[in-house]
Amino acid sequence: MPRKKSYFIIIVGCGRLGGFLANRLSRGGHSIVVIDNKMAAFDKLSSDFSGFKIEGDATEAAVLENARVDKADALIAATREDNANLMIAQVARKVFGVSKVVARVFDPSREEIYQDLGIDTICPTTIATEEFIRYLADGEEQNEP
Amino acid sequence: MNVVVVGGEKLVYFLTRIFISKGYHVAVINRDADECRRLAKALRARIILGDGSNPRILEEAGANAADALLAATHHDQDNLVICQLGVRKFHIPRTLALINDPENEPVFAALGVTSVFSATKILANLIEQKTGYESIVNLIPIEEGKLIVVETILEGTSPVLNRSLRDIRLPENSLIAGVLRSGQPIVPRGGTVLKLGDRLITICQPEDMGQVIKTLTG
Repeated sequence: MPRKKSYFIIIVGCGRLGGFLANRLSRGGHSIVVIDNKMAAFDKLSSDFSGFKIEGDATEAAVLENARVDKADALIAATREDNANLMIAQVARKVFGVSKVVARVFDPSREEIYQDLGIDTICPTTIATEEFIRYLADGEEQNEP
Repeated sequence: MNVVVVGGEKLVYFLTRIFISKGYHVAVINRDADECRRLAKALRARIILGDGSNPRILEEAGANAADALLAATHHDQDNLVICQLGVRKFHIPRTLALINDPENEPVFAALGVTSVFSATKILANLIEQKTGYESIVNLIPIEEGKLIVVETILEGTSPVLNRSLRDIRLPENSLIAGVLRSGQPIVPRGGTVLKLGDRLITICQPEDMGQVIKTLTG
């Protein structure tokens, strides 16, 4: 994203990842709406978070509508449930036409079919695995005489 | 015919029984160990413990060779992903999703999952049909209305008065399971003749209920 432009971003799931992203993007000057079905989850938001919070289940289309998803530049689905993230991301993309949509998915075997469907996924399991392997490989190279 | 069913409780239990009685080979996936044990005792089906939206579990249930897949969990997001995996990864020719939130029906259609059934919607349609509901004495929806036990009283206007059960044409998969006559229970047989004031206990599927009530009460 170019620097000065401000985007309207919806983050679903205010867990460790969602909360961290919301704080960071809000600080970066973007308009943020965070959705979580538990009010207590919003405790993770810092005091300078300037976005909106919506309590609700984002797998219900009405909750996304209420968040003005049709106006969003991007949506990040980061609830703890892979299937919920995949459904929310698809609804945002195909029903509401959000141009940038990404779903966090833990299970890599579930990830592949969604690339065909035009849904971007981020799999922390795969990323961490690759990082570990690279770390180990770097170590080996350095040890070589 | 090989059928994979994901879900549990009475809906899956009764559906699996119907499938088995038709001679289908059924595999049931359920994520609760206790329920798997109960299902394994009660059903001649393969029971697989696990998450039905996990491709490995679907594969273990025989998704590669399945003719049909039924996603009937209580969570619409799970049913969506299960059906999408069934179509895209396992190329199962027929997939069917249960929709719990009726508003998700157009959403599923937009996402390419078109074979869906929504129990809530079926019941709402029935209420709109307004077929002789004043004759219904009692109505027990089982498992959120996926199977219905309905008790009706035969008034003077009923078209089935003085007719024997074998002459009454009810929709398939509907059954008059009991008759109460002057407070006495009768186990109905083909030759049982229905009388004014009889209370009929009928078991049927929700989509057939309108037709059942119409046939019995006019």
